[in-house]
Amino acid sequence: MSGNLGQKLIYLLLRLITYVIVISVGYILFDIIRHGIPVINWEFLTAFPRRSGAEGGILPAILGTAYLTIGTIAVALPLGVGCAIYLSEYAEQNRFSELVRLAIITLAGVPSIVYGLFGLGLFVLFFRFGTSILAGSLTLACMVLPIIIVTSEEALRAVPRGYREASLALGATKWETIRTNVLPYSISGIITGSILAIGRAAGETAPILLTVAAFFLPKLPDSIFDQVMALPYHLYILATQHPEADKVLPLQYGTALVLLILVLGMNLGAIIVRIHFRKKYKW
Amino acid sequence: MRMDKFMRMVLAGTASFSVLIVALIFLFLGKEAAPFAFDPGLGKLFGAQWIPVSFQEELFGIYPLLAGSSLVTLLAMLFSIPLSVVGAIYISEVAQPVEREFLKPFIEILASIPSVVLGFFGLVVLAPLVKNFFGLGSGLNALTAALLLALMALPTIITISEDALASVPRSFKQASLALGASELQTIFRVTVPAALPGIIAAIMLGIGRVIGETMAVLMVSGNSALITLYPLDSVRTMTATIAAEMGEVPFGGHHYQALFWVGIALLLITFVLNTLSRIVLKKYGMAQ
Repeated sequence: MSGNLGQKLIYLLLRLITYVIVISVGYILFDIIRHGIPVINWEFLTAFPRRSGAEGGILPAILGTAYLTIGTIAVALPLGVGCAIYLSEYAEQNRFSELVRLAIITLAGVPSIVYGLFGLGLFVLFFRFGTSILAGSLTLACMVLPIIIVTSEEALRAVPRGYREASLALGATKWETIRTNVLPYSISGIITGSILAIGRAAGETAPILLTVAAFFLPKLPDSIFDQVMALPYHLYILATQHPEADKVLPLQYGTALVLLILVLGMNLGAIIVRIHFRKKYKW
Repeated sequence: MRMDKFMRMVLAGTASFSVLIVALIFLFLGKEAAPFAFDPGLGKLFGAQWIPVSFQEELFGIYPLLAGSSLVTLLAMLFSIPLSVVGAIYISEVAQPVEREFLKPFIEILASIPSVVLGFFGLVVLAPLVKNFFGLGSGLNALTAALLLALMALPTIITISEDALASVPRSFKQASLALGASELQTIFRVTVPAALPGIIAAIMLGIGRVIGETMAVLMVSGNSALITLYPLDSVRTMTATIAAEMGEVPFGGHHYQALFWVGIALLLITFVLNTLSRIVLKKYGMAQ
């Protein structure tokens, strides 16, 4: 009996430790939501910042993040899905596919600030894009590429073999088969991966620090060669560099909450898409 | 059929992009850093003082930055490893299915919170706590940074350790239970040892994540380039140095090049950690 009691006690201890983690996560979310909600109103979301961010809203930062993520996904989605189709449908086990897989794993592990250095060296300076939406989007696209490839390949591989064989047996070519009988059924996984990638790109600060971000711009960008403000960078500057950092604390919380809602919303969206399509296609 | 061949080529082309990007990362980091090797010479990097802006002699010794990264990472792991390994064991071996379905996604939320938001939380909530608890003048130090980083490493270590635990063959546990071992003995003497390579790989990936983390560290570590082992000292990591200084250096100067060398060091460290852990995971059949 004493052994059983000991086991129960140890299980309880393990459980307590696990819930310390849960409570920490919960507290972070609670703190930011509690202080952020009173700040968020229509003006905060739709007005330009005034007095270098000490008053007014964060509209240009929201739009800037939107431009950046659109640019990122426009580049990363075709490349990532193409790579996933190649790996899942065409690639044999050879040197090239091994190399591609190794490259994807490597890309996934590169620290975000190193992406920033890379973007600065290649896009900003070598290609002479300057610190711009273009340079930042391309840098972020390199960073999220592995996310899109891995999730898309998983989705493509989940389509049953029979779908491909039936199509090939009816005389369709390989590409026709992929286009009509594989891609449509894996679209949910591809969308899931893209949403996750958007969430990641929207929240990253270090890469855009060196390639796009401007703290305070009086107007919206005219072209992809302009700098933009961005939510994560705005939060960083308000919290650490602002001369009146304590006074603008509510605005910091508001910005943090908007960013958090955006990123967690994306992740939630990805989960919903996955569940929805999982119900639709059952094999 | 021509369309078919064309598409095959296009797709192989997109696939080669990931290889190209990796090559370009190494190439362009190297290209920007290279001139430093000729003037003032690579020897300058191996020094104990990082004073990149000075009226006398500028010093680019990266030891204080390595020391800062190491101290913060070590402390973070001290908190993170016990918490996350216990968490993984609980989720995988003890928790009821319903509880597991709640715990896993909830802890993974942590992985998706942007690091600048965590850094902000560290700055306004955690740092004052540390400051008051130890009676310090400022709460921006290695300990505060380590606490935040420990949180960021948790989801990585938990998720991969949990996979490793779940991939231990059921027959191992059944054999242990059949021989009269209790559930607890089975967990700690059979399941955990069998999953140990996976857990170690998970910890290495966690370390890789922590060393590469930038924004949270930049915001709460205090940023003094000291060589210290004292957790309540302010430190400056490699990542924070790049992020803080790159915005203010003239392009092409020695300082600029030295920052790229710091980036190369960072890239190599994370590359080795990630590759080693992938090899371990693959060898023991625990890769996802």
